[in-house]
Amino acid sequence: MNLALLLLNTPTLVHLSAVDLVIIVFYFALVLGIGLYLKGQANTGEDFFMAGREMTAWVAGLAFLSANLGSLELMGWAGNSYKYGILAAHWYWIGAIPSMLFLALVMMPFYYVCKTHSVPGYLKLRFGVGAQAISSISFAFMTVLMSGINMYAMAVVMKVVLGWDLNLSILVSSLTVAAYVALGGLRSAIFNEVLQFFLIWAGALLIPILGLIEAGGWSGLQAKILQNLTELNVPNPGSYTHLWSTLGSFSSNPMGINWAGIVFGLGAVIAMGYWTTDFLVVQRVLSAKDLRSAELAPIIGAAFKMCVPFIVILPGLLGLALLRDPQGHLLRLVPANLAWSPEGQAQGLHGYDEVLPLMLARYCGPGLLGLGITALIAGFMSGMAGNVSAFTTVWTYDIYGTLINKNATDDFKVKMGRWITVIGVIISIGTAYLVMHTQSIMDYVQALFSFFIAPLFGTVLLGMLWKRATPAGGWTGLLAGTLSSVGMYTWVKIDPNAVRYVALSLDAQDQAQNMFRALWCCLICVIVTVVVSLVTKPKPDSELKDVVYGLTPIPKAEHTSWFHSPIFWGAVVAIAFVILQIIFW
Amino acid sequence: MKSGSHLSIWFFTGLCLGVTGALIFATGIYEIMNPPANKVVLYDLHANVWWGAVLLISGLFFVIYFSPANERKRLAGKS
Repeated sequence: MNLALLLLNTPTLVHLSAVDLVIIVFYFALVLGIGLYLKGQANTGEDFFMAGREMTAWVAGLAFLSANLGSLELMGWAGNSYKYGILAAHWYWIGAIPSMLFLALVMMPFYYVCKTHSVPGYLKLRFGVGAQAISSISFAFMTVLMSGINMYAMAVVMKVVLGWDLNLSILVSSLTVAAYVALGGLRSAIFNEVLQFFLIWAGALLIPILGLIEAGGWSGLQAKILQNLTELNVPNPGSYTHLWSTLGSFSSNPMGINWAGIVFGLGAVIAMGYWTTDFLVVQRVLSAKDLRSAELAPIIGAAFKMCVPFIVILPGLLGLALLRDPQGHLLRLVPANLAWSPEGQAQGLHGYDEVLPLMLARYCGPGLLGLGITALIAGFMSGMAGNVSAFTTVWTYDIYGTLINKNATDDFKVKMGRWITVIGVIISIGTAYLVMHTQSIMDYVQALFSFFIAPLFGTVLLGMLWKRATPAGGWTGLLAGTLSSVGMYTWVKIDPNAVRYVALSLDAQDQAQNMFRALWCCLICVIVTVVVSLVTKPKPDSELKDVVYGLTPIPKAEHTSWFHSPIFWGAVVAIAFVILQIIFW
Repeated sequence: MKSGSHLSIWFFTGLCLGVTGALIFATGIYEIMNPPANKVVLYDLHANVWWGAVLLISGLFFVIYFSPANERKRLAGKS
């Protein structure tokens, strides 16, 4: 049955009071007000698409993090921590921190010095139009789809949590995003992302604080989870609160993954690919006012990223320990398709992704509930705005400006940017309705997104660090990596037993399959790029100035002391990261 | 960003936190005087009162420190 029809009869989790509605309406008014205020500051291409390249390290760093904190992040990863336990925190720690530091200290100088407007723009400078075309078209296609999925996900959340109409939620959120991005461009998107960062923390921080008080601290929480999962006969109940000690084999943890998949698949490929080459996040850092700010921004983002499990992963674990039904029995959340089936609805089942709203409703009365819901709305809208602003830049500079009209003036690009923002939102609305009628497309698009990111990392990294890489090697490697990823995905869909070859174990769950597929396709991309480069003619050194290591003079930042050095703060974040791994081993 | 002639993002952030904090704090005080029939878990901790106060104070700090007048003063001090 159609999901939208099912949702019409879904009972709501919470009921808002007048003060909650006032908080939500105030947020919408403020967001639109910021867009209107910033309209006068978005007159040139640099202003509209790059926020004038005048953001401080703090603003760029918080926006860098917030662009990722939106989308399905909050609800989805809280649900994943309920499903997989603390293993989900790997996506915030090894799946983010090393790659953010790598971006800051190794890759950012190249992006910043070559003054590119986008990651595909860098590929054009390094490998030529072929690699840029593959990258920009696939990125534009994916961002607009992801924006629609964000929109639909938000509408579903509003329906399930509050009982709001799906169409109304989609219309109001999309018009608001279109208005403030079209008016103020990237600067407006960044302002709202910073605002959203504070709202998310203000709205979500109470849940772990009150939850830990109720559970009796971390040790009380561990004991309750062990007791509840043992009662429910869940395999490996002790593994839900350990980060590394259960990764010795595929079958000893709830995710069906081993340490190699986490370290190499997630940490070395997927995370590196996402945090260093996904233009959605990199665009925020490119808006920094100078190289030092551009290097510090991802480090600031990494410091806060390390803390996000406190408001995302911990609520999922608290749900495992504390949630009970009205009769006092343990409440067991289930996969969304089961929760939203007619049988699931009749039994009052809840999906994994509902754990955060359930915890919100558990502790938050009037006012706090409004703040929590506003934080969720802000997160979804920010995800949408991030996708739309990145789409607008890539379309205007890398598709229209390179492939269609190379002589477009700056004024024309700004006008086009405003219109493309609106068009991007309209396409996103169409995608949202497409997803509504074909629920499984969400899974496919999530997978499609990963097809492009992992090989792109191999291409960009080789381009930056190996001057022998040739244009032919670059685009054939990118194409080979992408096609091999699609091939492995299709193989497993046709023959589920193929997972033993792709992910090295029949126990591998979806996330584990994604990790290994990413690892293999990145390796294929690198091998093909190297082999083709060795048999084709390289570019002369004069054409590689400012885009390749060894041929790019990196300006010396004028640090007044070691205390202001990005390397020092990078080391601080790295040490904190290692300590966290040991504490939760 | 912070040229003195433009409002800073931190000013908007303070405005958002301050107004939201004030509303939550006031609701918390009202709830103490008129306890609701259906109470949330750990209601006795009155989280809306102290959390609302934290947000209100943080918001006021941002609004005052990053107000256009203070921004102009800082800019004048630098030049």
